[in-house]
Amino acid sequence: MVVHELSRDETDLLFHALADGTRRDIVSRVIEREQSVSALAGRYDISFAAVQKHVAVLERAALVSKRRLGREQLVSSNMATISSARDLLRSWEELWQSRADRITAILAEPATPATQEPATQKSEGTES
Amino acid sequence: MTANIQSTLERDALKFTFTSDFDAPAERVWQVWEDPRQLERWWGPPTWPATFDRHDFVPGGESRYHMTGPAGETAPGWWVTTVIEPHSRIEIRDGFADQSGEPDLSMPETRMTVTLAEEDGRTRMTLVSQFDSLDELDKVLSMGMVEGMTEAMGQIEGILASTLKQ
Repeated sequence: MVVHELSRDETDLLFHALADGTRRDIVSRVIEREQSVSALAGRYDISFAAVQKHVAVLERAALVSKRRLGREQLVSSNMATISSARDLLRSWEELWQSRADRITAILAEPATPATQEPATQKSEGTES
Repeated sequence: MTANIQSTLERDALKFTFTSDFDAPAERVWQVWEDPRQLERWWGPPTWPATFDRHDFVPGGESRYHMTGPAGETAPGWWVTTVIEPHSRIEIRDGFADQSGEPDLSMPETRMTVTLAEEDGRTRMTLVSQFDSLDELDKVLSMGMVEGMTEAMGQIEGILASTLKQ
């Protein structure tokens, strides 16, 4: 799979999973192109070590990969994880959305003793 | 009912928040967690209905459940309810069990925190789930927990293809 670019909105959506703004920014930069930790560090008002830590967190989450080239550490995006992270998030949301829908249906039933099964299925509430 | 989702990555843990509003008082929403007969009507999807064989809904109490798939296969699970504040807060560890029904500690567990907040007779339920890694979330979601999961996984390529072109 070849992925060329992401829109900024799309990047925001994708990295909803990343609470930290700097890490989000790092990921969007390495999606554009692979770059060194020192080039990344030059873009932020935080220490090289702090940027390295952010990259390490992203690397542990498999959102980015790191390779060594001479003295440089080059960071690139891991699109497989990024796309599956987004997909997993959507699946998780769907799971809870469907649970919430079922709870809503239960709450809409007339109050009956908890242990008593309704004699007939009510047809209120549209199932879809 | 309205719902929305937020997610954050905090330290190394994935934490997802799901919020949903119900047109019922908190005391009533509480029952769908407390009463196993109501709980099993919503915990599993229609294709994987849940049966709670045990549900000790007290602090430190344990639950045992199984979900039954379309071909009759079962996916057993367990809960330990660590915190209960009636009508307002529940904290649960949710994990997989082996076929004997006992916790399989080699499998990932999810930590869930449920809070209920009532206002004007309506209740907002906030659910925070925490996973240790994407891989764990992947396992949780792939174990028959999600209706149409296979389909969803197959859509990755399609989603990427359509969204990335823009």
